[in-house]
Amino acid sequence: MSKTNSLWTARMGGMALLAAVLALAPLGFANAYYYDVAVGALFNAIICVGLNLLIGYGGQISLGHGAFFALGAYGSAIATSRWGVPSVAAMAASAVLVGLMAFVMARPILRLKGHYLAMATLGIGMIIYIVLKTEAQWTGGPDGMGVDPLSVAGLTLATDRQWYWLSAVLLLLAVWLSLNLVQSPVGRALRAGHGAEIGAQVVGVDTSHYKVLMFVVSAVFASVVGSLFAHKNGFITPDIAGFHRSIELVTMVVLGGMASIFGAVIGAFILTVLPQMLTAFDDYEAMIFGAIMMGTMIFLPKGLLPSLILLIRKRMGGRS
Amino acid sequence: MSLLAVDGLSKEFGGVHAVQDLSFTVEAGTIHSIIGPNGAGKTTLFNLITGIYTPSAGRIVLDGTDIAGKSPSQLARLGMSRTFQNLQIFFNMSAVENVMVGAHLHVDRRFWPSLLRLPSMVRGDRACRDECLRLLDFVGLGHYAEAEAAAMPYGGLKRLEIARALAAKPKLLLLDEPAAGLNATESREIDAVIKKVAGQGVTVVLVEHDMKMVMGISDHILALDYGRKLAEGTPAQVRANADVIAAYLGAHA
Ligand SMILES: Nc1ncnc2c1ncn2[C@@H]1O[C@H](COP(=O)(O)OP(=O)(O)OP(=O)(O)O)[C@@H](O)[C@H]1O
Ligand SMILES: [Mg+2]
Repeated sequence: MSKTNSLWTARMGGMALLAAVLALAPLGFANAYYYDVAVGALFNAIICVGLNLLIGYGGQISLGHGAFFALGAYGSAIATSRWGVPSVAAMAASAVLVGLMAFVMARPILRLKGHYLAMATLGIGMIIYIVLKTEAQWTGGPDGMGVDPLSVAGLTLATDRQWYWLSAVLLLLAVWLSLNLVQSPVGRALRAGHGAEIGAQVVGVDTSHYKVLMFVVSAVFASVVGSLFAHKNGFITPDIAGFHRSIELVTMVVLGGMASIFGAVIGAFILTVLPQMLTAFDDYEAMIFGAIMMGTMIFLPKGLLPSLILLIRKRMGGRS
Repeated sequence: MSLLAVDGLSKEFGGVHAVQDLSFTVEAGTIHSIIGPNGAGKTTLFNLITGIYTPSAGRIVLDGTDIAGKSPSQLARLGMSRTFQNLQIFFNMSAVENVMVGAHLHVDRRFWPSLLRLPSMVRGDRACRDECLRLLDFVGLGHYAEAEAAAMPYGGLKRLEIARALAAKPKLLLLDEPAAGLNATESREIDAVIKKVAGQGVTVVLVEHDMKMVMGISDHILALDYGRKLAEGTPAQVRANADVIAAYLGAHA
C-alpha cells in the first residue's frame, strides 16, 4: 500500500513539477527568440520521451529516428500543401503511415543486436534521407518545400507563444502516456525482455513483440513532432532527416538518463538550450555531442537524473 | 497418459554429446528428480524441454502435444515454467515486479488500455500485485517485496525465480538446482515450498545436487551420466543402484 502511494507520488509529483516548470518558465522569456528555443526544446523532449521507451526501457538502440521525424514533417507538408488535407488529419495520417513503416521494418531489424542494430537503423535513416532528396516532384528535392501554418478547428497558430503552450501540453501528455505504459503489464514485459530475455520468454513474454511495439510507438512520437515542426517552421529540407539529428536525439536520452522518463526530458532541454548559449557549438556541434555522449557513458552511465536521485537517496539514507 | 514424454532425445554441441538417446516419462502430479554429476546434461535437457535449444534428434511431447519448433514463450502458454541454474533475473526491476512479469499470461496486457491507464487495467494490475506479494510471502521473501532485485542476496534471487515461475501458474514446473548456494536451513525451506507446490497439483521436475532434498521429496528419480540414462526408479531403487553409487553418489558420499 505504501509503495502504491509512493509510486503515485513519484508519478503525480513529477508531472506536477514538470507542469509548474513549464507554466512558470515564460516569466523568464525576454522575447520571441526565447519562446522559439523553448519550443525546439519541447519538441525534442517529446521525441526523447518516446525514444527512451525503446532505448532506455527496451534496451534497443536506434540511429534512425531523425528519419521518422522527417517523414512526419514531409507527410504533413505534402498532404496539406499539395492536396489541401486539414493539418490535423494530415498529421494523424502521417503518424499512422510512419507507424506502419516502422512496423514493417522492425521485425527484421530488431532481430539484430548491438552494432548491427545501430548500423541497420542508421542505414534506414540514410535511405529515407536520399529518397527525400531525390523525389523532387514530391518533396522539392534539396531545395525543400514550404508548409502552411498549423490550424486546429479554424484557429491558426501564428505566434511562438501559442506554439509554446501547445507543445507544453503535448509534452505533458507524452510524459503521462509513457508513465502509464512503463508501469503497465506492457511496460513490464518490455523491461523484462531487456533485463533477462530468456527469463521473460519462459513465462510467456513474446519479447520481440514488445520491441517491435516500442519501435512503432517511438517512431509515431517522432512523426507527430515532425509534423508540428514542419508547420511551425513553414519550410523544410531533407537535412532534417540527416543522421546527426538522430545522434542528437540518442545523446539527449543517454545524457538525461536511460529508463527515466523525466531524465529524457531534462536531457532534451539541456542539449537544445546549451548550443544556443555557446556559439562555439556552431562549428563543433557534432564533436561536442559525441564528447557529451562518451563522457556520460564513462562517468554517468545511468545518466543525469537517475544518478542525481541515487545521490539524494544516499544522502538521506546516510542521515536517518 | 504422461504429462511429459521424452523419446530418443539427443543434443550435440560440435562433437560433445550433452544428451544422448534419452527416453523417459513424467507422470502428472509427481515430483520427478533428475540427478547426475556435473556436465551430465541436466541443464541441457531443461533447455531442450523448454524450447531454448532445438534437439539434434528425438521428440518431446507435453500433454499430448509435440513441442517441436515451439518457442519458449509458446511453451509457457502450454503450461510450462522453469527456474534457472544461472539466474535469469530482471535486475532492472523490483522483486514484486519480477514476479508480476511471471503473471504475464494471466493479466490484461492490451496496448491501448495500458497506454491510457484505464480503470479496469489499474484494478487488474493491483489484484495481480497482491497475488504476487502473496507468492513472495509463500517463498519466504515477503520482506523483500519492494527491494530492487539488484540489491538482493543470491539465496533470495533463487527463491524469486521460484515465485516468478509460480506466478505463471504452470502445469509443469522445472527447477534447476533451486538449493544451490543455499545453507541447510534455507534448503529445508525450499523443500517445504516444493512439497506445497506439488501438493497443489503442479507436476515438478527437479534438478538438484542436494541428495537429502532429492531423496526426501521425490516420487521418481532419473539418474544421468554423460547425457545417457544411468538408472531410473523410486528413491530407494536409485539409491541402491550400483551404477549410480559408482558414478554419482560414490563421488559425493
Ligand atoms: N551451449 C553449449 N555449447 C556447448 N556445449 C555445451 C553447451 N551447453 C552445455 N554444453 C556441454 O554439454 C554438457 C552438459 O552440460 P550441462 O550444463 O547440461 O550439464 P549439467 O548436468 O547441467 O551440469 P551441472 O551439474 O554442472 O549444472 C557439458 O559438457 C557442457 O560443457
Ligand atoms: Mg546444470
